[in-house]
Amino acid sequence: MVQRADNNNYLTSLKAKKFSLYVFLVVSFMLFAAWSSGFIVYSAGGEDKGLKTLLPTTFIYSTVSILLSSVCMHLAYAASKVGNIAKQRLWLGITILLGGLFFFLQYSAWMELARNGVMFINNNASQSFIYVFVWAHQAHIFAGIIVLLNAFFKASNGNPLIKNRFRMELATIFWHFLDILWIYIYVFLLLNQ
Amino acid sequence: MSSIAIPHAGDHGHDAHEHHHETFLTKYIFSQDHKMIAKQFLITGIIMAFFAMFLSILFRIQLAWPEKDFPILEVFLGKWAEGGRIRPDFFLSLVTIHGTIMVFFVLTAGLSGTFSNLLIPLQLGARDMASPFMNMLSYWLFFSACVVMISSFFVESGPASAGWTIYPPLSALPQAIPGSGTGMTLWLASMVLFIASQVMGGINYISTVLNMRTKGMSLWRMPLTIWAVFLTAIVGLLSFPVLVSAVVLLIFDRSMGTSFYLSDIIIGGQILPNEGGSPILFQHLFWFLGHPEVYIVLMPALGLTSEVIATNSRKPIFGYHAMVYSLIGITVLSFIVWGHHMFVTGMNPFLGGVFMITTLIIAVPSAVKTFNYLATLWRGNIKFTPAMLFAIGLVSFFISGGLTGIFLGNSALDINLHDTYFVVAHFHLVMGSASICGMLCGVYHWYPKMFGRMMNDKLGYLHFWMTFIGAYLVFFPMHFMGIDGVPRRYYSFTNFPFMQEWLTVNVFVTWAAIIAGLGQVAFLFNFFYSIWFGKKATQNPWKSNTLEWTTPVEHLHGNWPGEIPTVYRWPYDYSKPGHEDDFIPQTVPFSETMSSNLPHDFEGDAVAEQIQREWDKEHGVERELHH
Repeated sequence: MVQRADNNNYLTSLKAKKFSLYVFLVVSFMLFAAWSSGFIVYSAGGEDKGLKTLLPTTFIYSTVSILLSSVCMHLAYAASKVGNIAKQRLWLGITILLGGLFFFLQYSAWMELARNGVMFINNNASQSFIYVFVWAHQAHIFAGIIVLLNAFFKASNGNPLIKNRFRMELATIFWHFLDILWIYIYVFLLLNQ
Repeated sequence: MSSIAIPHAGDHGHDAHEHHHETFLTKYIFSQDHKMIAKQFLITGIIMAFFAMFLSILFRIQLAWPEKDFPILEVFLGKWAEGGRIRPDFFLSLVTIHGTIMVFFVLTAGLSGTFSNLLIPLQLGARDMASPFMNMLSYWLFFSACVVMISSFFVESGPASAGWTIYPPLSALPQAIPGSGTGMTLWLASMVLFIASQVMGGINYISTVLNMRTKGMSLWRMPLTIWAVFLTAIVGLLSFPVLVSAVVLLIFDRSMGTSFYLSDIIIGGQILPNEGGSPILFQHLFWFLGHPEVYIVLMPALGLTSEVIATNSRKPIFGYHAMVYSLIGITVLSFIVWGHHMFVTGMNPFLGGVFMITTLIIAVPSAVKTFNYLATLWRGNIKFTPAMLFAIGLVSFFISGGLTGIFLGNSALDINLHDTYFVVAHFHLVMGSASICGMLCGVYHWYPKMFGRMMNDKLGYLHFWMTFIGAYLVFFPMHFMGIDGVPRRYYSFTNFPFMQEWLTVNVFVTWAAIIAGLGQVAFLFNFFYSIWFGKKATQNPWKSNTLEWTTPVEHLHGNWPGEIPTVYRWPYDYSKPGHEDDFIPQTVPFSETMSSNLPHDFEGDAVAEQIQREWDKEHGVERELHH
């Protein structure tokens, strides 16, 4: 009886933690929603406002890399569900590498922006907004990679499977969210190009 | 029995029989126990409240006697009060930090932080919060935010002074006013910490409410306190990120030279390079948080009051469902009214009309709540405990302050009233005084739960009457100043002939504020004295129905010594006809109250109705079960 009550408590606390993550994603999304609406209000403010530039092509490559990383993350999570630790670590490792690649590509994208004369310090703040979006998303990616590394190094055969699987589940939700968030930002900027 | 190997739940400390090694550090400082965290929030909130109140007394002195020297001020304020007179820019700092601390640190963190942490697990029947660790982080981030905010009094250029709404360009340009230098940077850093704290707390509150309720505690059996703090957490989580977005852009403008908010500025003969920015953009982002924020402040107070009024009227709360739906209505509406703070920014009159209508609609759920409070009191067997007096005080302030909101929400009248003392009077009554009354009502009511002792009633009554009368004497005259067009935040009333006639009123208001402030000392003494020397509390001192009163007086980790109690009924079965006591706790099943059950108690359960019918026949009771 006591064992069962413990198990139930434990499962409830897992459920609550997962729910908390979803709430956090809403909070995080609100941040970007606020900037989006700020961008719209600002860009509608005059003829000389708005992006007035083409987005760097590097964004296409970074988008591909984060999409691929999401697929790999999914495979890693599927492996964790059947308890195949080796496979999970393999896919997780590839996800982390792709995440790193994305991080680097974003960096080169804003270098490209700067070469094209689209600076952060700008009297057309619509263009400054591109940097704000990318930087804020990069900060999330940075956190996401730490989460993935944590899941990578804590996955070993010695640890309880359910903990590993739960950790993987949360990491997967978060990573997919970052993917979707980037696509949202990219499409939003493309539509305003 | 589940077949998967589940690691022992011990690291969450859910089991009462488990042995805990607690040191001073883990028990009082880095505690993960929700009851201790609640007390930490409360005591920090009280200290911040006294600090902010002291600031208000300082600027009230300046307002009442602008031509007089008070050498004592120079002793502890130094160059900010040279010759015993408060400097104009320091006056603005005082106003700014008073507002910031009261709104965010006292009435947001001090109120929600205390009572969400204390009551969510206790009233819902949970061992602790969903994530006790995050809960601890939430407090310590809040504490750091307090330290950073107060530290701005120790920098050369003084604390932030652009008002609690920190509108750019004033807040963005250090050349504009000394307070926009280091003080503003500290303000922004403090707010970022504060928001992180609120987000962590809010996630925990929502997650706990939705996932960790005990058996039988359906959403519609939750006490109104929980509904209120739950919806408050939702409002906070949706609006605080927007403030972060506004603050981040402001930081870029201040420190990196971007032009989100700045345009066409010549200051001190120097032309700034910034072009194309829009200060109105900041106002939109700010008030998208700022307006929901006033409901973040008010709703927990309304929730606490609902509980206290029902308990001390010994009556079920009038219109429980209506109370919940009006809270939900306020939650939703609070997000679509922010424009009423910006009627005079050159807003399109049509848009202003839309915001005016949404604003006036908020009066409907607010009025529903007010009438329900009055209807609950009506012919109740009222017990005038100090908590009850403060609850009634909230209703009074909510009405008198709310009525002026209808004036201000009107976009045409607002042209005259905007930024005058009328606004100051309005929000100090409806959100300041009302919320502080709700908070104090909560402190008096749940003190026995927090500290196991009772507060002194007589001091409580003294405290109430000084606060209640004092607040009206301070804020009521401000309406008339506002109607006469006296602007808020002005340093000296002697500089403008039309304001000079209000000087005598200012003297009156300042004396009232000082006396009301002294009344708070009665509370401070009562609060700290009773922690150690108050009368020992019984388990259920107010004869209340909710779950927190079924826990032992002595706190223990995990709240209930044995199993968590099951809930069978809603929390407002007070003075139910046919029952011998005038209250039936939520843990009492209907089978033990056969003489008082009502048709709707069975919620259509045919078996239970059958059992009741047989009992009725046996005892010769006439009862209509089908409706």
